[in-house]
Amino acid sequence: MALAKRIIPCLDVDQGRVVKGVNFVGIRDAGDPVEVARRYNDEGADEITFLDITASHEERDTTVNTVEQIAREVFIPLTVGGGIRSLQDIRAMLNAGADKVSINTAAIHHPELVSDASARFGSQCIVVAIDVKRVSGPGDPPRYELFTHGGRKPTGIEAVEWARRMAALGAGELLLTSMDRDGTRDGFELTITRAITDAVDIPVIASGGVGTLQHLADGVTQGGADAVLAASIFHFGEHTVGEAKAFMADQGIPMRL
Amino acid sequence: MTQRVAVIDYGMGNLHSVASALEHVGASEVVVSHDPEAIAEADRVVFPGVGGIRDCMEAIRQLGCDQLLNQVLNVQRKPVLAICVGMQALMTRSEENDGVACLDRLPGQVVFFGESHQGEQGERLKVPHMGWNTVQPVGSHPLWQGIAPGTRFYFVHSYHVVPDDPAVVAGTFDYGLTGCAALSQDNLFATQFHPEKSHTAGLTLLKNFLNWDGTCS
Repeated sequence: MALAKRIIPCLDVDQGRVVKGVNFVGIRDAGDPVEVARRYNDEGADEITFLDITASHEERDTTVNTVEQIAREVFIPLTVGGGIRSLQDIRAMLNAGADKVSINTAAIHHPELVSDASARFGSQCIVVAIDVKRVSGPGDPPRYELFTHGGRKPTGIEAVEWARRMAALGAGELLLTSMDRDGTRDGFELTITRAITDAVDIPVIASGGVGTLQHLADGVTQGGADAVLAASIFHFGEHTVGEAKAFMADQGIPMRL
Repeated sequence: MTQRVAVIDYGMGNLHSVASALEHVGASEVVVSHDPEAIAEADRVVFPGVGGIRDCMEAIRQLGCDQLLNQVLNVQRKPVLAICVGMQALMTRSEENDGVACLDRLPGQVVFFGESHQGEQGERLKVPHMGWNTVQPVGSHPLWQGIAPGTRFYFVHSYHVVPDDPAVVAGTFDYGLTGCAALSQDNLFATQFHPEKSHTAGLTLLKNFLNWDGTCS
């Protein structure tokens, strides 16, 4: 039997509440993060990702507190990301009960944070989040680059090469988000997902754009992802995690049922 | 049976998850400590581990946890559950971090899955072995009670244990090779997977641990 593909519901948390917007422009409130996490744990989620999208650093204590509460009740792996800038930030989240920490912008400004963190805490707990947009025109060979600030700020960094570099520096996993698709419900950006899963030997989580259960399956079968992350299709009761797993298993994908 | 559990803390990584999970399945008291007296008072002991083996071994020796473990296993003969790097630390030697001498409680090696690790059909297998894999129990150890063969547990590791004596293998996983998912010897049980992160199946195993008298039959 092969390793099961994972379904990871994502909690985008702003000032202590689960939110999910379209292209990162916040709209709907989906509830208390501890309650939502508990529900996903009960539904059979394979992992939970908690992304703190609170802009200000002052809210960090709230986040630590929420992570502590979730970790007390959820007995599956918990990844925490958003605003992680230093080894101290990583330690604080791991001490609060996170199993993995996701590093995003800080990896761009200080790639050595990835190597330092994986040497210190083990690569198994270091996830590098890669937010990409397609920059090539229609008909041109596809090129994707990293963007920061919720997809607003270009960096000029090419995505596949960056993924290889992060893996070489000791990232244990990559969380790949298409900022073109995030919040659109049009499905994963499969071209870049496939390019990156083929390029690295570490697990890749596909993220951004899930609107249907078929999209989740496509992320694995076409994108080659080891795990698929989604938020809104689970938050608002359209589908349970259990339904998603059954749907994917029906398509021959190994799942933990 | 009283359910006072000590989780040996040698300063590596987050032990809240293990403690919370033990409390969740009925432990009346969970002490996270490396104080020999606090641990001597416990009915059973968990020896966890996360991170690189070199740092773990350094911390284990510096805090005297090697002697502590010896006391608990051989003198006090408490039921002990070792998890992940805790299990690896029990072996003779690990290949990780350019080779690190471990506790040699169980003769054997801890080896890397390898670059370009492949499955039976030549498919590429990613390392770390991260995620939910099926476990086949070997024998009928009390810790497997209520857990069906082929149940999935959560693994995250790049190195795996190869004991010299195959008789200590209490469970296996398949990942391009048949690896050791669990070990058992007398009052010691060890898992490569994380029961505290393995949802219902993991909680069942932890509950079985709380009810275990430390014998293998």
